[in-house]
Amino acid sequence: MTDTTHGEGRHTPSFPPWLKTTLTTLATVAATILGLLFVTFMIGRVMPIDPVLAVIGERATQEQYDQTFRDLGLDQPLLVQFWIYVTDVLQGDFGKSIRTGQEVTTDIARVFPATLELATLGTLFGVVLGVPLGVIAAVRRGSWIDQLARFVGLIGYSMPIFWLGLVGLLVFYGILGWVAGPGRLGIFYQGIVEPITGMILVDSALRGEWAVFRNAFSHIILPASLLGYYSLAYISRMTRSFMLEQLGSEYVTTARVKGLSEWQVVWGHAFRNIRIQLVTVIALAYANLLEGSVLTEIIFAWPGLGQYITTSLLANDMNSVLGGTIVIGTIFVGINIFSDLLYRFFDPRAK
Amino acid sequence: MSTSQGLRAWLLSEEPTSRQQARYASWYKGWLTLRSNTLAMLGLFVLAFLILGAIFAPLLATHDPFAQDLGQRLLAPGENGHFFGTDSLGRDIYSRLLYGARISLYIVLLVVMVAPVVGLIVGTVSGYAGGWIDVLLMRITDIFLAFPRLILALAFVAALGAGIENAVLAISLTAWPPYARIARAETLTIRNSDYIHAIKLQGAGPFRIVTRHIWPLCISSLVIRVTLDMAGIILTAAGLGFLGLGAQPPSPEWGAMISEGRKYILDYWWVATIPGIAIFAISLAFNLIGDGLRDVLDPKEDNA
Amino acid sequence: MKTSFVAATVASVLAVGLAMPSFAETPPNMLVIANRIDDIKTFDPAESFEFAGADVSRNIYQKLVNFDPLDLDAGYQPQLAESWTISDDGLTITFTMAEGNVFASGNPVTAKDAEFSLRRAVLLNKTPSFILTQFGFTPENVEQTIVAPDDRTLVLTLDKPYALSFVLNCLTATIGGIVDMETAMANAVDGDMGNEWLRTNTAGSGPYKMVDWKPSESVLMDLNPNYGGEKPAMERVIVQHIQESATQRLQLERGDIDVARNLSPEDVAGLADVADVKVIDELRGRLMYFAANQKNEMLSDPKVIEALKLATDYEGMANSFLKGQYTVHQAFLPRTFLGALEETPFAYDMDAAKAALAASGHPDCGPIKISVRDAQERLDIAQSLQNTWGQLGCEVELIVGTGAQTLDRYRAREHDIYLGAWGPDYPDPNTNAGTFAFNPDNSDEAGATGLLAWRNAWGIPEMSEDTLAAVVENDVDTRRDMYLALQREHQQISPFGVMFQQIEQNGMRSNVENFVAGGATTAVSYWVITK
Repeated sequence: MTDTTHGEGRHTPSFPPWLKTTLTTLATVAATILGLLFVTFMIGRVMPIDPVLAVIGERATQEQYDQTFRDLGLDQPLLVQFWIYVTDVLQGDFGKSIRTGQEVTTDIARVFPATLELATLGTLFGVVLGVPLGVIAAVRRGSWIDQLARFVGLIGYSMPIFWLGLVGLLVFYGILGWVAGPGRLGIFYQGIVEPITGMILVDSALRGEWAVFRNAFSHIILPASLLGYYSLAYISRMTRSFMLEQLGSEYVTTARVKGLSEWQVVWGHAFRNIRIQLVTVIALAYANLLEGSVLTEIIFAWPGLGQYITTSLLANDMNSVLGGTIVIGTIFVGINIFSDLLYRFFDPRAK
Repeated sequence: MSTSQGLRAWLLSEEPTSRQQARYASWYKGWLTLRSNTLAMLGLFVLAFLILGAIFAPLLATHDPFAQDLGQRLLAPGENGHFFGTDSLGRDIYSRLLYGARISLYIVLLVVMVAPVVGLIVGTVSGYAGGWIDVLLMRITDIFLAFPRLILALAFVAALGAGIENAVLAISLTAWPPYARIARAETLTIRNSDYIHAIKLQGAGPFRIVTRHIWPLCISSLVIRVTLDMAGIILTAAGLGFLGLGAQPPSPEWGAMISEGRKYILDYWWVATIPGIAIFAISLAFNLIGDGLRDVLDPKEDNA
Repeated sequence: MKTSFVAATVASVLAVGLAMPSFAETPPNMLVIANRIDDIKTFDPAESFEFAGADVSRNIYQKLVNFDPLDLDAGYQPQLAESWTISDDGLTITFTMAEGNVFASGNPVTAKDAEFSLRRAVLLNKTPSFILTQFGFTPENVEQTIVAPDDRTLVLTLDKPYALSFVLNCLTATIGGIVDMETAMANAVDGDMGNEWLRTNTAGSGPYKMVDWKPSESVLMDLNPNYGGEKPAMERVIVQHIQESATQRLQLERGDIDVARNLSPEDVAGLADVADVKVIDELRGRLMYFAANQKNEMLSDPKVIEALKLATDYEGMANSFLKGQYTVHQAFLPRTFLGALEETPFAYDMDAAKAALAASGHPDCGPIKISVRDAQERLDIAQSLQNTWGQLGCEVELIVGTGAQTLDRYRAREHDIYLGAWGPDYPDPNTNAGTFAFNPDNSDEAGATGLLAWRNAWGIPEMSEDTLAAVVENDVDTRRDMYLALQREHQQISPFGVMFQQIEQNGMRSNVENFVAGGATTAVSYWVITK
């Protein structure tokens, strides 16, 4: 389930084990992120598109072309370019976006909260509905609710999300008018709330701007429910299988024999035991939504990181693509390590 | 009759006389379990239906899928003999759908021929060789795992140029790491078995051991995983098509058809909706089969 | 914890019920526009070269001479310059600045600002700088050629006696925008004359100033409190980036926006029965054309090109997926330009096309690759060409790429057929003549990637002379005739198949008056709009 790696070095007695674990983990992270950078960087450079043209456009003269070519450092050897890039990144400088003309860090700071907000709400839906559904499906195995859970999962894994988004927009916005259309916020509500976190729901609540909150909510509800549905499919399926494993184990039988109520057996014992596993699953579901929201963001014109990376990619704006990929990749690696550590410290079987 | 009875008995024999027989027997038992699963059978039926539709597309199609007729554009389903109506260039959607099934199946086939093979090679080499090769290969695998998959696929297609083959390549590049993990895990368990030791004593070299003795044993677990992944492959391919990075016009790829129809969704809903239903049907079919297979092979998750 | 979660969900579900989008009207002094504005990279007039950028710039920066939005046909009119004279040798133009114009910062507009702005555009040498440098201004000579001897006089010295209308037309382009020197220089870093700062800030004397820009999201403009002209009715203008036509239409129907600028023909048709909404058509300068690379042996056969031009279903496309948004047009100057040729000699005629092909050196045609970018409208045209040329016997393949990929191949002269759009850079006929009909040196080494004729390897030394002669002709009628003759010849012999000219269909609430997108010559003008 967790795709994290464990260091495989030989045992050296001079380091305490915790330090060794930390060091290997850090080295792994560094190597992975460096590799991530390298692969993306190379893709950007071998692209049969000219990054210079993306800057200067159709009408430029050869002279302007050459000038920009040098300005972008493209006359340097590839490895030198990569080295310069990595050292810049380490200093927090991701370069400038060609497409927006702004610092990539500024751009990401602007778009990332939108994605975070969407993914968080989506995961929330997935957890609130998915965990109970999974537990009940496991307890009442074979019942209609188990079939329902299975059905929900199958549909979720089979539906093209971009299509569902389109149809959802058509029905709920176009025909019924229950929710607001694409975008994060109605035009009139823009600029009212001074950003604190960049997440409009949170900011408007903190500032007490409830009209803005309501409008933002009517925008986010549809895409978040869609993403939430995908998380729900995953989380309920995993919960069900964890619970089945617990319910089939001996100590549950013992607990039942001892005369504990079904409620205590299910929630007090079995559910308690799957908490750690569940947290890692939820963390992974969350990470998946952060990166998996690309198509949803495009359909809903959601100005988030996924859309940012995709449009930058199509405009051959490599600095933005690299910056965005590093952010998502780092979060991915981070969440993997987090769930790995959880296992190591809390799950007796992993020791 | 008697031969099939005999075959059945041979397959269900309690004491198989050869490895081969044992393997076939376990496949057959699996098939019996699968057959009792109504949903999986439904999936198989839908899939068979789609495959037949794809194969016999030239016979079943009512129109040339590429023939444009600007006077007959955006007709509603059923109008003028167009089963599912026509698209923005007056092409028959039903016929395009049939030919589009070919593309989807073609993509799945290609990916299935590339990704697991790459995974298998990387995983077995890594697991069998061990040491620094193992560390290096697994680190590379981790890098690809840490990548946002759709974005990596997008970047690859953008770099290589849009098209079906490049989309396949991009999907494969993002799909191989889990297979490598599985193959490595299998290799690690097999590597130190008496069986392999015995072959080594007979003087077989590492290349021969890996290709002749380890690969065959890894394949069954990979096949299961691939079946479970097929719906995902189709959805990713459709997503790339939707973004204009997959199959190119005038190809009737389903994702691209949705993308073309999206402009007209308010007044001509069927142009985008019908290909969407087709994608849903094929991935659901694969998922139902995959789900059934899991029940067969993984009793922990079995179906009540 | 659990129950509070549930409570929160219930509360939010209730909130949705209350959050039903209101069918509000936009405030009376505010104009809300939905448009595709993701091409904006910069607001610096010396650098800005995108459609959406020009729409913003025209409302913020004034020029020496400019177009009156309510009378575009009248041509350029005095704006920051109240009058001008040209010397007898035709090499020196002297402008007298108008009084009473003030920048948003409160600084008065003087000839020094004009001198600074034009010099700056030449010195920075960004992509659009050719619009000025074609008159002989170079970074080395601007101190002598662009001079303001006092606060009210600006003198431009040209290298040739160009037609006055040509020079003044060029000054109405975005790059002719006059920037507040003091503000720009106060924000200069590393000798960039404020370029970095002006990318995201504005310092003009026009009716509006830019308040907020979120790339690919929105641009917000408020009134310039120091604007010298009549106070505009719209005190705030918001342009929001909305990619999808269907969304723009829904927002317009609901009254969430005042103007929708990217409606598809189907959505325009869908709005026909909607109350309180109207659609205004306006002819724009953008042309849709295909061009054949003359390095390709088959495509350099004039008979093959003729066959392709005849096997193009102009009316079929214009009446179906391009309906209402493109009109058939086959000359390189868009209608409403001086000297635009309105004749359309080519019509879809498969028999004539087959006859032309049979008479060519390639009666069986052969493989043709059409290079096209992944925009729906162009893909539709490309597929129609693929269809009708296919009937001719050609094996047509579409090579679809992103804008940059397609352009890259085009500039490298690696395409067979390029299908694309061309918009005029400034409102003078030379803007298109100088690229469609000008290519004095066709060698690869010339690297004239800016010229469409060069990109298609079409060497035309004689026609280039004619094009050059037309820019120094000061008699308007003679000049018009020269362009007409040029286009007639070009239409027949060139490897360019100009097909359509764009009609912009802007949907708006019926109370919006005086919305002018800018015709074929300029950009949108918000200051005259009322509602």
